[in-house]
Amino acid sequence: MILSEIADILDAKVLCGDAMLNECVESAFGADMMSDVLAFVKPHTLVLTGLVNHHVVRTCSMLDVRCVIFVRGKQPTADIVEEAADSDIMLMTTDHTLYESCGMLYGAGLPPVERGI
Amino acid sequence: MTIYTEEFRVERGNFQEAGSASSKIKRTLKKMGISPAIIREVAISSYELELNLVIHSLGGTLKLSIDGSQLLIISEDMGPGIGDIELVMQEGYSTASESVRAMGFGAGMGLPNIKRHSHEFSIESELNKSTRIVAKYNLI
Repeated sequence: MILSEIADILDAKVLCGDAMLNECVESAFGADMMSDVLAFVKPHTLVLTGLVNHHVVRTCSMLDVRCVIFVRGKQPTADIVEEAADSDIMLMTTDHTLYESCGMLYGAGLPPVERGI
Repeated sequence: MTIYTEEFRVERGNFQEAGSASSKIKRTLKKMGISPAIIREVAISSYELELNLVIHSLGGTLKLSIDGSQLLIISEDMGPGIGDIELVMQEGYSTASESVRAMGFGAGMGLPNIKRHSHEFSIESELNKSTRIVAKYNLI
């Protein structure tokens, strides 16, 4: 699914990396624990989270994640957005909850990550 | 024969810097032209090990070592050591504090995740002394 389509579905606001709106993700994963993100996320996965700190960006940078969507209207600080931009990670924010956001994307056909390597 | 090494000191409780050693290691591997798939696996192990040093150890070092055909990520700390290695290898087991969990870590996934994302994995520990963990990757 193309990131611009995801932004439309979630009525999400782009915080940085809008040049990546035409990129595609193959699956999505929602969690507030970065430990779980590290354990589950595969390449070309969209991450949705309600956690807002530098470690979200650092964790996603390690995993080559290209886009993170903050849920529940969470707004990262300017230095977090800057770190994401430096790491070539697109950030968006949506007012929907994690449950709603995942449900909307799942219903639109974006599959979950598969377990195992 | 080791042809390249990089070593980073990792401080206990320094969440501000947590991840910087792994970012540098990832950059080094990119410059060397290592395959992106291997780099991603190494980055996951390296970051998990670095976080473990920050969260659980009294401080230690994270080391990248390459000998041509093998790449090693080695974590060595100054304690406090692990009493029951079998227990810490279980998914979901964690001794992390609430404040660490609030930062998004301490789900008890780290060590099993490193094992899953390495070609060979070893852990040696002595309680009240130190822990040494090695994640090994075949480059050829």
